[in-house]
Amino acid sequence: MSPADLLLEPLQYDFMVRAIVTTVIAAVVCALLSCWLVLVGWSLMGDAVSHAVLPGVVLAYVLGAPFAVGALVFGFLAVALIGAIRGTSRVKEDAAIGIVFTTLFALGLVLISVTPSQTDLNHIIFGNILGVSEADLLQIAVLAAIAFSVLVVKRRDLTLYAFDRMHAHAIGLSPRFLGALLLGVLALTAVVALQVVGVILVVAMLIIPGATAYLLTDRFGRMLVIAPALSAACSVVGIYLSYWLDAASGGLVVVAQGAAFAVAYLFAPRHGLLGTRLAAGRRRIGSRPGAL
Amino acid sequence: MTATTIPTIQVDDVVVRYGEVLALDGVSLRVRPGRVTGLIGMNGSGKSTLFKTVMGMVRPDRGRVLLDGAEPAAARRRGLVGYVPQSEEVDWAFPVSVRDVVMMGRYGRQGLTRRPRPADHAAVADALGRVELADYADRQIGQLSGGQRKRAFVARGIAQDARMLLLDEPFAGVDKRSEATIVRLLRELADDGRTVLVSTHDLHALPRLADEAALLLRRVLFHGEVSEALRPENLARTFGLDAVDGSVPDGGESGADQPDVGGPADDVLPDAPASREEESA
Repeated sequence: MSPADLLLEPLQYDFMVRAIVTTVIAAVVCALLSCWLVLVGWSLMGDAVSHAVLPGVVLAYVLGAPFAVGALVFGFLAVALIGAIRGTSRVKEDAAIGIVFTTLFALGLVLISVTPSQTDLNHIIFGNILGVSEADLLQIAVLAAIAFSVLVVKRRDLTLYAFDRMHAHAIGLSPRFLGALLLGVLALTAVVALQVVGVILVVAMLIIPGATAYLLTDRFGRMLVIAPALSAACSVVGIYLSYWLDAASGGLVVVAQGAAFAVAYLFAPRHGLLGTRLAAGRRRIGSRPGAL
Repeated sequence: MTATTIPTIQVDDVVVRYGEVLALDGVSLRVRPGRVTGLIGMNGSGKSTLFKTVMGMVRPDRGRVLLDGAEPAAARRRGLVGYVPQSEEVDWAFPVSVRDVVMMGRYGRQGLTRRPRPADHAAVADALGRVELADYADRQIGQLSGGQRKRAFVARGIAQDARMLLLDEPFAGVDKRSEATIVRLLRELADDGRTVLVSTHDLHALPRLADEAALLLRRVLFHGEVSEALRPENLARTFGLDAVDGSVPDGGESGADQPDVGGPADDVLPDAPASREEESA
């Protein structure tokens, strides 16, 4: 079999084409958002919100409302609960996050178990890339376009929010609004991604691309290009692997992203392990006259 | 001194509590334009809290703040207030260049997406020139020395054309040369008619830096001429020192609560440690 066949054969199937398109869309939006999440220090919050939206999605399904609405409500509810517990008890933030998101996630599981037509909803937990329908694809594309547009239009404000909230406040912007905006986009993006890789793996797509790009550049603008490009590439690689290995596609997409991170962690020119070791070595040699 | 003596920063009887802790206990302060005012106090005296209250980040439990005679929110929207943060409040590994940071001073006057216009680029270049960082514009912010970092943030305030500039401990982790540059800059900004409020515990720099000084220990103990502020009895009250020998106390053992009279400064190593102010609420 020629290399071209390796690439082209899966594309004969409509479900594979839809899988690739959907995953790339989700990967791009998640990766864009992840650039801010890793810099604000909200990785754990991303984890929490992406799990906590589950009961909202199930309730939306039951009520026939858009998934995004349920996800937004429960995403904000989770953040409010975390803030309330942290602010009004002696429990620390990481514990508050752990309590709230696991409880809401568990509530989601309970709701799924008592909701008829379970098959659809179980896909939300583990993802169902290969079963994406035309209608799913459309919904994912619309939500992704909204999240993408908000992030691109407000990118400088969000970066300022991540870098220096006090200055944002000083020039009349509202850090509170910007934080809420980021959370709203997070909830929206969680809905996009959970239909692809499932709730459990969403957090990977929300953290790994941004963290990888952060190792590769000192320019935020470049992070915003590198992270989505890398994440999209990993998605395609993951799905092809899943086709040829007959293995879980969501899992392989995330494994591919983790592998990309590992490569950047080791070999990134400036911030990789080898790069920093070499630079330190050069400095040592340079500071000892006569040594080579 | 400029003719106008109407205060641009007016703090009236401000009380701030963090839970059980009384951070500010009836602070009243009037800061005038065209002057550099030093805000002196030990760690925990409420300097940072006072700054955050003036900036509107902390809401006072009692009292009020007026900026330029109006509600602080209005002054902030007009871009009148510039802020130079303490070193430890900044993530120096953040992937922004020096130019990016200075450009953030222009956001208030830009459109929805903050796309820079030619005037913005010109203002940023001008500000970078004034703080002598033009050659460092494309460096990542953390690759600057302690003093250069401070100057980058001062440049942001200049690019913003802020009428009031608040600097929180600008001399912590800054070498003598950078300190002199910053002092000169702040003097120039005050001569422009701007209001410059500097919190510091570096008493050596004070006479060169400031026209007047306010001594803070949860309330304003003294506000007036620098020479008078530096009198031993005033410093003793401000820093809670028992032994006063008639001279400026020397930092010596320099516990965190002692005034820093120019201890070792470090302009080479990034992230030079500086003493920590109280957390904001």
